[in-house]
Amino acid sequence: MFIITCPYCGDRDQTEFTCHGEAHIARPLNTESLSDEEWGDYVFFRQNPKGMHRERWVHAHGCRRWFNALRNTVSDEIFATYKVGDARPPLPENPS
Amino acid sequence: MKAYSLFSLARNAMSYHRNWQRAWRSPDPKKHYDVVIIGGGGHGLATAYYLATQCGISNVAVLEKGWLGGGNTGRNTTIVRSNYLLDASAGMYEHAVKLWEGLSQELNYNVMFSQRGLLHLAHSVHDMQEIGRRGNAIHLNGIDSEFLTPAQVKEMLPIINLDCHYPVMGGLLQRRGGTARHDAVAWGYARGADAAGVDIIQNCEVTGMRIENNQVVGVDTSRGFIGAGKVGSVAAGHSSVIAEMAGFKLPIECYPLQALVSEPVKPIIDCVVMSNGIHVYVSQSDKGELVVGAGSDAYNSYSQRGSYDFIEHTVGPLCELFPLFSRLRMLRQWAGIVDVTVDRSPILSKTSVKNLFFNCGWGTGGFKATPGSGHAFAHSIAAGEMNAIAAPFSIDRFNTGALIDEGAAAAVAH
Repeated sequence: MFIITCPYCGDRDQTEFTCHGEAHIARPLNTESLSDEEWGDYVFFRQNPKGMHRERWVHAHGCRRWFNALRNTVSDEIFATYKVGDARPPLPENPS
Repeated sequence: MKAYSLFSLARNAMSYHRNWQRAWRSPDPKKHYDVVIIGGGGHGLATAYYLATQCGISNVAVLEKGWLGGGNTGRNTTIVRSNYLLDASAGMYEHAVKLWEGLSQELNYNVMFSQRGLLHLAHSVHDMQEIGRRGNAIHLNGIDSEFLTPAQVKEMLPIINLDCHYPVMGGLLQRRGGTARHDAVAWGYARGADAAGVDIIQNCEVTGMRIENNQVVGVDTSRGFIGAGKVGSVAAGHSSVIAEMAGFKLPIECYPLQALVSEPVKPIIDCVVMSNGIHVYVSQSDKGELVVGAGSDAYNSYSQRGSYDFIEHTVGPLCELFPLFSRLRMLRQWAGIVDVTVDRSPILSKTSVKNLFFNCGWGTGGFKATPGSGHAFAHSIAAGEMNAIAAPFSIDRFNTGALIDEGAAAAVAH
């Protein structure tokens, strides 16, 4: 890490950003009929993978906009950053 | 196992200490064990020790992918305390402190448990209210704690700068808190467990979980399949990886938590000092090094490296509280991977897979609980049901909503 590419501002120092965990978790639509297990799963349970991770970041000390990143949690190498709503970049073929 | 004593020391001195018995064997794995423990850190080894010595189950293996105590057991800041707010936490951590108090004698191994006192500083009106509430809750749970005025803090710690950026307004002292030698805890439990018949198998990584009819029957490892009647996962930072093998998720995310040690100096701090308000904790090891820690990095990682800016976040407040440390050099820096739950309380639980038990989620503060965690988990595995101390920490609480939201779990605010 150390340098993170904000999709809006370009390359910036890591200290300008904060991470907010796993991305692409959609809020359930049928909230009235969810069971306790489904609510718990949505709110608390996470993949927490050792390897490639799609996650949410905020450029907190910059443009303050949210975006997604594809990062290897073993090497901390960032393979892609992309705007919320953009197509998900594919996983790299040879993640180090 | 030959007991350590003054006489054994003298006897071995005669042969220039070349003939000490190895502290534990390195056996090849058997085909089947009654209980397999995944993870040879302090909690896993303690679980195996109590299974063998108190629960009558000695056909036990501890599988460790690296070396004993090479994970978070060897990477923490060795602090022991039980000054928690909530009843379930007090039950668990005070259980641990009581076991710490007799541990060196029980294990015949000096874990260097030193009840030098743990001082928690308050820097604001909010901090004062927090320690007031927590201190009184600790009293109600029958655990020691004392409120100190700034003058009493100064008397205890003459080198402190009370008039720092956020002036010290008071403190909460637990005299029975302190530190222990982290490696010795792993080694002492390993030696005790081995003597009671437990097979400790290092360099043996679990690579898969065999589950038949929703019941665990063994684990695939780098040294072949090992059958098991019951499996206890005590894998700390890698718990989510083990859970994925078993086909479920955990309410856990992993972060790097850093610590530093300074060059050794003469005795200068004789207690553990913690500050939520300006975010640092420090104690002095028996070798003279200052052991310093602060917050964890806020991104998921298994890298066992922290970010550089957190080193500055750690030593800045340290020098603010103790200006004379500004000329000390730091010798080493490292990070451990902490498995953090949303309520900052651990998980000791049965799972959706029969005979598979998880002990994880200790996050930033697992070392202090090592004996209590192992004791409660061993008795729970043996009985097949969580015991009274472990029961509140069930994984079901993330579905029922009965969280144990423990603000005191981290040494710092969250």
